Amino acid sequence: MKILYFAWLRDKAGISECEVSPPAGTATVGALIDWLASQDERQADVFADRSVVRFAVNQDFAEADTPVGPGDEVAFFPPVTGG
Amino acid sequence: MIRVQREAFDVGREIAELTAGNTRIGGVASFVGLVRDLGGLRSMTLEHYPGMTERQLERIDAEAHRRWPLEASLIVHRYGRLEPGDPIVLTITASAHRQAAFDSCNFLMDWLKTEAPFWKREEDRDGERWVAARTDDDEARDRWRGAG
Repeated sequence: MKILYFAWLRDKAGISECEVSPPAGTATVGALIDWLASQDERQADVFADRSVVRFAVNQDFAEADTPVGPGDEVAFFPPVTGG
Repeated sequence: MIRVQREAFDVGREIAELTAGNTRIGGVASFVGLVRDLGGLRSMTLEHYPGMTERQLERIDAEAHRRWPLEASLIVHRYGRLEPGDPIVLTITASAHRQAAFDSCNFLMDWLKTEAPFWKREEDRDGERWVAARTDDDEARDRWRGAG
């Protein structure tokens, strides 16, 4: 599974992308966040306030209960500020 | 049509190319967003999510065509480092009648503000910071819900 971070979430994560293999049973974005946040302090910091984290699965906006699986691209970012 | 690019754009040329040869067009509306400086801004850097950005802009553009009888439309959004006064975004809509052109141009901007994955970082003499999202942008988008 490919993980991407954008904007200040990337600053907090210290990386822009990585490949991860979460344990079987990590079936939704919400479960993936729980697992990522448990991996190290930087990831815990990225997801410290989940109310300001938005996400996309395979480049579509997603919800916490959106399914994820091996081979998916999951991106985490703050609310958008373009235009 | 949509385009995501680092370079500046020429509004006159974009309108001319978009409307060339289509005499059913009776009205063209355009909007240009600029980097605003309310004091001390040195630069604004726009980051985006390549791939998702194009998908989202294509969707927004398609939704405008679904809602209004448009003959042509264009969204151009820049990324990278920009300075005060630089153009950031361009939306152009063309229709047989002006109301569809005005309304859809407004719609495109309201929607891309909240649905396109761009993030702005401002730099001034005190350093750099990410721009926070605005709730009134969400409200501007939501007024189109239910309509059309």
